[in-house]
Amino acid sequence: MPQLLSNEARALIDREVAKYPAEHKRSAVMGALRIAQTEHRWLSEELVAEVADYLQMAPVAVYEVASFYNMYDLKPVGRYKLTVCTNLPCALSGGVTAAEYLKQKLGIGFGETTADGKFTLVEGECMGACGSAPVMLVNNHKMCASMTPDEIDKKLGELE
Amino acid sequence: MLEIEIDGKKTTVAPGSTVMDAARALGVHIPHFCYHKKLSIAASCRMCLVEVEKAPKPLPACATPVTAGMVVKTHSNAAVTAQKGVMEFLLINHPLDCPICDQGGECHLQDIAVGYGAGESRYREEKRIVPNKDLGPLITTEMTRCIHCSRCVRFTEEVAGYQELGLAHRGEHSEVMPFLGKTVNSEISGNVIDLCPVGALTSKPFRYTVRAWELSRRKSIAPHDGLGSNLIVQVKNHKVMRVLPLENEAINECWLSDRDRFSYEALNSASRATKPQVKKDGQWIETDWQSALELVAGKLKDTVAAHGRDSVAALATPNSTVEELFMLRKLMAGLGVEQVETRLRAADFRLHTAGATWLGQSIAELAQSDAVLVIGSNIRKEQPLLAQRLRQSAKRGMKLSVLNPARYDLLAPLAGELIVRPDQMVEALLTVLKAACEAAGKTAPAHIDLSSIEVCDASRSIAATLTAHSAILLGNLAAHHPRYAELHAAAAALAELSGAKLGVMSEAANTVGAQLIGAETSGNLFASPKKALILLNAEVQFDCHNATEALAAVRAADFVVALNPFADGVKDYADVILPVAPFTETSGTFVNMEGRAQSFNGVVRPLGETRPAWKVLRVLGNVLGFNGFDYESSEAIRDEALAGDIAPRLSNALKAPVAVKAQAASGLVRLGEVPLYQLDALTRRAPALQATADAAEPALRANAATLAGLSLKAGDSACAAQAGGKALLCVREDTTLPDGVIHIAGSHPLTTGLGGLFAPVTVERAG
Ligand code: SF4
Ligand code: FES
Ligand code: FES
Repeated sequence: MPQLLSNEARALIDREVAKYPAEHKRSAVMGALRIAQTEHRWLSEELVAEVADYLQMAPVAVYEVASFYNMYDLKPVGRYKLTVCTNLPCALSGGVTAAEYLKQKLGIGFGETTADGKFTLVEGECMGACGSAPVMLVNNHKMCASMTPDEIDKKLGELE
Repeated sequence: MLEIEIDGKKTTVAPGSTVMDAARALGVHIPHFCYHKKLSIAASCRMCLVEVEKAPKPLPACATPVTAGMVVKTHSNAAVTAQKGVMEFLLINHPLDCPICDQGGECHLQDIAVGYGAGESRYREEKRIVPNKDLGPLITTEMTRCIHCSRCVRFTEEVAGYQELGLAHRGEHSEVMPFLGKTVNSEISGNVIDLCPVGALTSKPFRYTVRAWELSRRKSIAPHDGLGSNLIVQVKNHKVMRVLPLENEAINECWLSDRDRFSYEALNSASRATKPQVKKDGQWIETDWQSALELVAGKLKDTVAAHGRDSVAALATPNSTVEELFMLRKLMAGLGVEQVETRLRAADFRLHTAGATWLGQSIAELAQSDAVLVIGSNIRKEQPLLAQRLRQSAKRGMKLSVLNPARYDLLAPLAGELIVRPDQMVEALLTVLKAACEAAGKTAPAHIDLSSIEVCDASRSIAATLTAHSAILLGNLAAHHPRYAELHAAAAALAELSGAKLGVMSEAANTVGAQLIGAETSGNLFASPKKALILLNAEVQFDCHNATEALAAVRAADFVVALNPFADGVKDYADVILPVAPFTETSGTFVNMEGRAQSFNGVVRPLGETRPAWKVLRVLGNVLGFNGFDYESSEAIRDEALAGDIAPRLSNALKAPVAVKAQAASGLVRLGEVPLYQLDALTRRAPALQATADAAEPALRANAATLAGLSLKAGDSACAAQAGGKALLCVREDTTLPDGVIHIAGSHPLTTGLGGLFAPVTVERAG
């Protein structure tokens, strides 16, 4: 089988593994999946199996984790994955409006990707940033606060 | 000890016990789904909520540790309200399709819903639907019924040793599934059917055949491996419909291997012989018992008279009962014939022990060992449930090591490992023995030559694990080995030196019983040609060490009588086929590897004109006019055959020393394992088992270096040849094998053209 994870990614996973006692290698599974996804944008079956192999876990045990948390993508996503929080505090402060605006502007619904493969829109859960509602997360790592339609336009313009 | 009161009853329990443990000790039933005494605590179903005094809300009994003076109420208003609430939620997404569910009538959910469920559901919304999963030929799924107790998931991980099932996704979207595209391939996978408290996982072969309440339950004993698992055989209209475990903590606990669970399908196979048959001018003609037996008696008597008693021999499989073997031996003795043999897959008959070889201790004691060294055994496939026990022990800290001709995955932590060519197993064992000698400052017995042996680190570390409270076990690959006597002798010396107990894991259900009644008298029967042969349950092409040699011998014999439940296996070479009962159609006794004699009754009527073999042999004795063939029952035979205590007649100690000396090895050597589902006539005919991954066609397997040396690659066709014959096989790469080893399974239609299971082999590319 061809190796999917680069040596750099493997080195990063090794750092995660080193945080736990040797016999608890599997504790690094969430970090390893994050690293794998950052490198490949989404977690294919083969990638999940490779992470499992690397951590000496059963593939289905890794899949349990990958499918439990909604920030792991088990299907291909666009170049920019936009996650909009619609939980209650955000919803009360414009989260739903922001989501609706994005849907209409990109012409896609939740869980869909634009035809050019640039954007994927995802409905998110509370990100612990309710004070800055409405919030949007770009590619899981970049948090954007107070996303009014104007701010959204500006942000989208920056994303190439 | 902690005191606890449950429903007014007081008891004391050890610290660390849960409320569920205490309730069970008191005989108080708390409804539950996810709790199982052999699995870790998940506390995921919440059905076991109980009221605990001073606790602000109901607590799950299965996950709540007992504290001193705890007062628990399982039937108070608060407890019952909580339990009913949980039940209502569990039923929200359950399809309630009991009328078409195989689990109906034996379903925990159904039972508990009767006790705690409401008569009508308040839930009016849509129910979820979960796609079914393909788990292979043994287990059928109806995943919409799943209540996510995770018992099946925990079983694969904790008991079977490898997590083949997972609980993927979250909340309402949770689904039990194997990893994408995989099936469940464990050799003990069928236990998830028993564990599943609902009808999500049910038996595929049994599906839609009959309702659970139409079946009667009869006790029996598994006829395959040496464990002797206790069975509940379920029957309807004199047909075996299903096999379940009968719990026996000392033997199979609450489990069953897939072989024991699903082999029953063969009992109803179309290849069963139902009438005596005689071959006349190459044609098979059905006949009546009287004429068939008279013919057999006449032929045997005439052959002895004309050619002497050494021209006749009897072969029986070690799956035959004590009663059958005893009668066979007695019949042969009447004829003056001494050659009776059950060690059909053995190749070395130099070993003589002081008694019947056995496990050396009880199964339960073995599991308590500090260390176990397994020699020559693919133990998961040979003794699936014993492997499971050792896995649990290894997880608790027992040091498990192996000396094997391939790196079999035991799915358990290993303390040491020596993987060598089959023809270097004796030498590898000698390195461990020498290491033990050096560590103890002692010398090996004079009959063992350690002069040329070089100790390595691996053997030193294995030797170091062996203490007075440990065991050394010999498996099938040792028993079938051409130098078994040396392996046994070296293992015995190692045991003596370290204080470990030596044990032999018997291949078949009655291997120990066969020895106890002396049905192992001749060694290699085929060493000299025979005029007449009696085959009891034996299909020589599959049951013997060297298929080519065995087939040539039966073909060369003038007269072959086969006592067998099946006709198709012996038709080619038999002259008379006498249909005899499989284990479900006769009473009998098996003596398991720990020396425990377990008797069982027939659970159904014999099929057609089939007769129990012990009765057939009794009548043969009478037709021949021998004395002492008037037993009234199989019990009378057993009482004579096993008279007295068995324990003193078990011994792995050598009666005479066996010279052990290192030998060099070169060239290619065959590793001829007997596949899990080729062990005996029943398993070979069980369709569901034959559809499993373990029953895949044998290939020619070798590691990359060996293949490269032969200019072969995976996917090629190759011709393997051994003295006397050949086989054409597909080539596969196998990273578990040492250099120079060619793995070609034995006991299989594709490989009956080959010779010895561990003999040299040559390989050539075909086509
Ligand atoms: S399939 Fe059965 S055993 Fe497995 S989680 Fe679902 S209900 Fe439990
Ligand atoms: S609800 Fe949106 S960040 Fe908390
Ligand atoms: S049995 Fe206690 S939570 Fe399931």
